[in-house]
Amino acid sequence: MSTKQTPTRVLITSLILASCGSDDGGSADLGSAVGTYAEGVHASYAASVESAEAMDAAIDAFVQDPTGESLTAAKQAWLDARDDYGPTEAFRFYGGPIDDEETGTEGLINAWPMDEAYVDYVEGDPEAGIVNDPETYPSIDTDLLESLNEDGGETNISTGWHAIEFLLWGQDLNDAGPGERPASDYTDAPNADRRAAYLTTASELLVGHLDDLVDAWAPDEANYRAEFLELDPQDAMTSIVTGIGELSRGELAGERMNVAYSERSQEDEHSCFSDNTTADIVNNARGIRMVLHADYPGGVEGTSVLDAIRADDNDLADQLAEQVDASVAAAEAIPAPFDQHLRDGVPDSDPGRASILAGIEALEAQTPTIVSAAESLGLTVNVT
Amino acid sequence: MTRRVVRRTGLLRGTIAAALLIVAATACGGDDLPAVDAQLGGDTTREVTGRNSFGFPAPTLSNEERRVFEIGDSFFTQNWVTAPASTDARDGLGPMMNAQACSSCHLLDGRGTPASTEDGDLGLLVRLSVPGSNGVSGVEPHPVYGDQLQDRSILGVDAEGELVITYDEQPGTLADGTEYSLRAPTYTIENPAYGPLGDDLLISPRLAPQVIGVGLLEAIPETDVVAAEDPEDADGDGISGRANRAWNPRTERLELGRFGWKANVPTVESQVAAAFSGDIGITSELLPDASCTPTQTACADTPNGGEPELDESRLGSITFYSRTLAVPAMRDSDSDEVRAGAELFTEYGCASCHTPTQQTGTLDDVGVEALADQTFSPYTDLLLHDMGDGLADGRPDFEASGTEWRTPPLWGLGLIPDVNGERFLLHDGRARTIEEAILWHGGEADAAAEAFRSADLSDRTALLDFLDAL
Repeated sequence: MSTKQTPTRVLITSLILASCGSDDGGSADLGSAVGTYAEGVHASYAASVESAEAMDAAIDAFVQDPTGESLTAAKQAWLDARDDYGPTEAFRFYGGPIDDEETGTEGLINAWPMDEAYVDYVEGDPEAGIVNDPETYPSIDTDLLESLNEDGGETNISTGWHAIEFLLWGQDLNDAGPGERPASDYTDAPNADRRAAYLTTASELLVGHLDDLVDAWAPDEANYRAEFLELDPQDAMTSIVTGIGELSRGELAGERMNVAYSERSQEDEHSCFSDNTTADIVNNARGIRMVLHADYPGGVEGTSVLDAIRADDNDLADQLAEQVDASVAAAEAIPAPFDQHLRDGVPDSDPGRASILAGIEALEAQTPTIVSAAESLGLTVNVT
Repeated sequence: MTRRVVRRTGLLRGTIAAALLIVAATACGGDDLPAVDAQLGGDTTREVTGRNSFGFPAPTLSNEERRVFEIGDSFFTQNWVTAPASTDARDGLGPMMNAQACSSCHLLDGRGTPASTEDGDLGLLVRLSVPGSNGVSGVEPHPVYGDQLQDRSILGVDAEGELVITYDEQPGTLADGTEYSLRAPTYTIENPAYGPLGDDLLISPRLAPQVIGVGLLEAIPETDVVAAEDPEDADGDGISGRANRAWNPRTERLELGRFGWKANVPTVESQVAAAFSGDIGITSELLPDASCTPTQTACADTPNGGEPELDESRLGSITFYSRTLAVPAMRDSDSDEVRAGAELFTEYGCASCHTPTQQTGTLDDVGVEALADQTFSPYTDLLLHDMGDGLADGRPDFEASGTEWRTPPLWGLGLIPDVNGERFLLHDGRARTIEEAILWHGGEADAAAEAFRSADLSDRTALLDFLDAL
């Protein structure tokens, strides 16, 4: 990713390439696996946009006619849309369109934790947030939310999935279930119209940001995909494997599971308003398997990453496939809602807590195999 | 403006690169050059390059330690949010602050970017005080604004003011006629929200450094650091070197200062707690008071995120995380030009303060196996040196005078562009290249800087190549 390559280094690199090109992963068709991946990323983001648009429509219908039923429908549409977004997190961590240093939108799409009091009222502060501050923020629209995020990208980022989740569910003050924001927040509560404006604006922005990702990966365009396919297949495959390796341990096992498990802070979980965290975890774990097997939405077919590994080392491919199946199964075995396992006083021997630890261990176990698989392809992959 | 600077830097780099090629082609047969140890962090070293170069755990952590590292990583990286919030482990931001997370300034555990408040880039803050001293904070804080300008705030509370940085280009010429330009900064605080700052205000800009290696620096036995002191320059080499003594809120006494641009912080833990307090507005048991001064009433009336907001266990995890980040290995350490540059580094006198090799204490003293008994290469003596008027902030801090700065470690220097895109060096990021940073050196380092100014292109290139390989 560094553009800093002195001529000296270029020379050295080409010498190395020349001297070991013949026995360097010769049998694996990396280029074709890279092509399948690009196709799959595009199909995955396309599926994500489609369900996000359905959510956007359900949110529009809800604010037009806010009732318990239309709120439930909007919430269900959010949950459905999360199922398509989750696996796409396997496309992060190598500076692609989602998290490019300059133009990446990950922080706008999926920022966590959510700064609730920056957006709307919270328990203990009934007048908090932009929604309840018409004096400072006379109108709530895409210009406002985008401008608040443009000051170096480090003002309170309050857009994306979790902002929408908060505006649909409200705070989870209920020990046993998700948040219970009433539909009346959108009818006769103070600033109901401003709240509706925030919700529809955040939804519209999210769809737009996802759409940009579809464009970045669309075929036959002068876009990121074109650049990606122009790369040396070894470099492209290094990015692909870095994405799944980093998601596997640092992000999913570490940040999302171990921290919540160890810290026992009940709402220290990704979808804390909707209690959708177990589904988030499963979708991330499935994302890794999806990339490995090229099992993408929309009937994408072609050489998979696993095929490429298998061409070099059949046993390693089998081991990796087994471990990844096991981690997905372990994630699926965690009983919802996730936050019940984070409460003080629940012993580590509790089946819920034990299931989280088993999931962490399964992900930790598969990560070195991902790195070894990369090595068998002649790649150097560094993951945390 | 910024764009033009970038382009010019690129051109300069191109010139150096072209020169390098010539050196590479001609400098053969350097077998008599000393070897350079590429494992800058001892066994905590990892061979990594690229954007996340500073963010890896030391490879020698146990699985159990690795999970503590992950907890620290999370609380270092994720934004803090306004209290009250559902995520009650992560609320209490501000009310006034400079950033929302450690990672706002230490982006990817890297370095800050110097920028005016309105430009939005984070990583440079301005310390404030009035004349006088105070044994706990090392300075006499400003009675209203405290000891740093907090230029951001949560909804409903005014930020303290806006920092404005302007630069004045100062041209110069090397001995061989090569022209260069250094940019001299001026710092102005505009729109102070809590009354006038007064005429006796002292300020000191401080850039967030890359985090790597702080655990190793903390583990150098105090006797080793102090042994290198030479306050009266008894050996007559023109270099003094004094240890600072700084307040440790844990032990409630003055200890050897190791961290901060003026060695005004003794331990990684106190650095973490102070940054949470001052920069993010997060209280801890070590620093339990919100950083609102008595007349900042809206600040004081804001709900907090718990007492304290950062509990002891999380403070411990973040401290552990900071201590155990891997140090990236050198690149190209066995090339002739890098080894020649390393030799010139010693010959010019750079190594008199940027001490190449240090050793950590035993497990009993250090407490973390990965950090114990390590021989490593930070290129620092952790001591204070007079760096001349050009760099002086004129703001004493504990034992440090207004012209003294602590020798910063040089590891990671060559990877800053990988992580940050650009490379802003020195205490306030005024230097845009390694060469500019060298040329700013004055005071005790004047002779070393002069040696660089007088050197021919191939020697200068070799030196820069060595530094860029760190």
